[in-house]
Amino acid sequence: MSRRSLLTIADLDRAEIARILRVGNRFAEVMERDIKKVPTLRGRTIINMFFEASTRTSTSFELAGKRLSADVVNVKGSGSSVEKGETLKDTVITLNSYLPDVLVIRHQSVGACQLAARHTQAAVINAGDGKHEHPTQTLLDLYTIEREVGPLDGLHIAFVGDVAHSRVARSGIRGFQMMGANVSLIAPPTLIPRDAEEALGVTTSTDIRDVADADVVYVLRMQLERMGPGGFVPSLREYAATYGVNHGRLRPGQRVMHAGPINRGVEISGALADDPKTLIERQAANGMVVRMAVLYDLLAGPSAGAEPAEHPIGAVAV
Amino acid sequence: MAPRLMQRPGPAASLVIRGARVLDPAAGIDEVRDLVVRDGLIGGDPEGLEVIDGTGMVAVPGFVDPHVHLRTPGREDLEDIATGSMSAAAGGFVTIVAMPNTSPVVDNAAVLGTLIDRAEREAAVRVGFYAAITVGQKGGELTEQVEMAELGAAGFSDDGHPVADAGVMRRALQYQRITGLPLVLHEEDMALSGRGVAHEGAVASRLGLAGIPPISESIAVARDAVLAEYEDGWIHICHVSASETVDEIRRAKERGVRITGEVTPHHLTLTDAAIASLDPSRHKMNPPLREESDRQSLIAALLDGTLDLVATDHAPHDADEKEVPFEEAPFGITGLETAFAVCNTHLVRTGEVPLDLLVRRMSSDAAAALGLPVPTLADGAVADVALLDPEAVVVVGATGFQSKSRNSAWLGEELHGKVNLTIAGGQIAWRP
Repeated sequence: MSRRSLLTIADLDRAEIARILRVGNRFAEVMERDIKKVPTLRGRTIINMFFEASTRTSTSFELAGKRLSADVVNVKGSGSSVEKGETLKDTVITLNSYLPDVLVIRHQSVGACQLAARHTQAAVINAGDGKHEHPTQTLLDLYTIEREVGPLDGLHIAFVGDVAHSRVARSGIRGFQMMGANVSLIAPPTLIPRDAEEALGVTTSTDIRDVADADVVYVLRMQLERMGPGGFVPSLREYAATYGVNHGRLRPGQRVMHAGPINRGVEISGALADDPKTLIERQAANGMVVRMAVLYDLLAGPSAGAEPAEHPIGAVAV
Repeated sequence: MAPRLMQRPGPAASLVIRGARVLDPAAGIDEVRDLVVRDGLIGGDPEGLEVIDGTGMVAVPGFVDPHVHLRTPGREDLEDIATGSMSAAAGGFVTIVAMPNTSPVVDNAAVLGTLIDRAEREAAVRVGFYAAITVGQKGGELTEQVEMAELGAAGFSDDGHPVADAGVMRRALQYQRITGLPLVLHEEDMALSGRGVAHEGAVASRLGLAGIPPISESIAVARDAVLAEYEDGWIHICHVSASETVDEIRRAKERGVRITGEVTPHHLTLTDAAIASLDPSRHKMNPPLREESDRQSLIAALLDGTLDLVATDHAPHDADEKEVPFEEAPFGITGLETAFAVCNTHLVRTGEVPLDLLVRRMSSDAAAALGLPVPTLADGAVADVALLDPEAVVVVGATGFQSKSRNSAWLGEELHGKVNLTIAGGQIAWRP
């Protein structure tokens, strides 16, 4: 039986997102215990396939699986048969033969997870595919905002910076909107996707002063590795001066997010990055419990097939 | 110099198609009657000939596709002259012309000569070959075009690798005065296309795909129309995809430039909404599927003649090439076997394009635009006939393809329109 997958944030509806965030809260309680492991996914197999560099996502997915007692295997692009020229399709078919329940995939190309899902029985979780989507990032961002700022309904979130190359923004815009937030984009005109207002349902601005309208300022990394030759901005120096987010450009009470890794002194000042009032460190910390909740939801949640509906999380989180 | 078209030798067809709608708009023929083919020619005495029941069917001049990829030489695993021409026959085509972006590139007489020899032995329908405009399709030196024209090249094209340098294009247009053969142009400003893999618009923005803007096509057409006007040249624009390009061609035609344009079945019937599946085997091609407003412009241009013909850009790829993430896959889909059914289903049956106009644009107009022999159902002509059943339902790929490749946008879909018989060059080329 083919399981449900999480390829884009739009694979979830508002109720499902709310359910995952609630489950995340329960796992957060578990993480406060001395013994941080629960038997929920004992006997399940999760293969993490990371073909692109990752610290936060790969570590938190691995820990999430292990704390749920699943068998977790990590496959990286370097050190695997990918280096011998094996295609993604063949790698997926090979790993599928070990009967995993979940494939977590990070890949540099848009469409990698869709391709993988065509060749496996396992649930596929998109852990970032090129410039396309990063749905678990959005879930942990939603979780962080709900806990630290409040309900999303009516909240104004501004993404600032390299929207064009950002899967964090592409999933985030949709996810935040689904939960009732208003989203705006503030970026140099060269880094705003074509027809963004129509395509993404956002307002756009090229003036950094418009961050003043936002409750949450979500700073995006300048993704130099995806830009290629012929820069989108004349220099990082000019970018930092024109769009870099720092204390001087914020008003009191505004909260700052960044999915990391950060380029200090480029999209965000070092002083702001180090300010404990930002949500950046909370985002990283929350990544693990939210990814536990996603794994739980796919494998043991209400729509996971064989498991009883309304399975009480408290009972499994012994 | 005239294009040379090759077909393998075979017996001349003799049969009677009984009671079909015989439709040849260019010749002013549209009536239900018998169509006689005797000794490979239209007309003659029906006495003693095999009779094929044509009731409910339409007999039309066979289709002409001046833009296909036969992958030969170099990638015969994807397509070769025999399978590509059979694929054409199965789609009702009687003449096809193959692009030179092969390995090696058809940029010298030796390679072209080999292809001509092979086509004389293998081609099920008439096959012609374009040669490259520049050596290796690299956009630098001109190829030896007189020698290749004398050998029988159908024209010159750097398809897939647009000639970036306006000076080189200008020299090619000047040199054209010797050969008298069309320059067949894939129009794209690669600096604007960059790493694009899909139409630059709302869908690509949502999917995070780098965009190919419509102006990367129209700006190249504008430039070459100006060059052709200045040099009094002859250019044909491949696979027009954008409304901006239609505008450029329309303006150029109004100024009297000798320019023609083609449009593919997929650009006439699909939009970039389809790429949300991220299945490159179906929906990744260059130029990309664009927006509904572009599609409407293309249909209007086909109707008013701004675009002269329908061509498939039949581009075979195998699963190994296409079963990769969308961004990494090569461009192109197959088209010969589905062209009529796709246009019939999604343009004729929807009332957007009349059947007689579609037939014209796929046959006589397509041939005339490129200086190829025009198929006709007039008495005494060499028999080039497609017998179509416009009502019949086909499931694409259900009984396999004649092509070696199956990267069709319509794989598994139901379409209306079946080709029951193709007579090409007086020979029966397709009879399922």
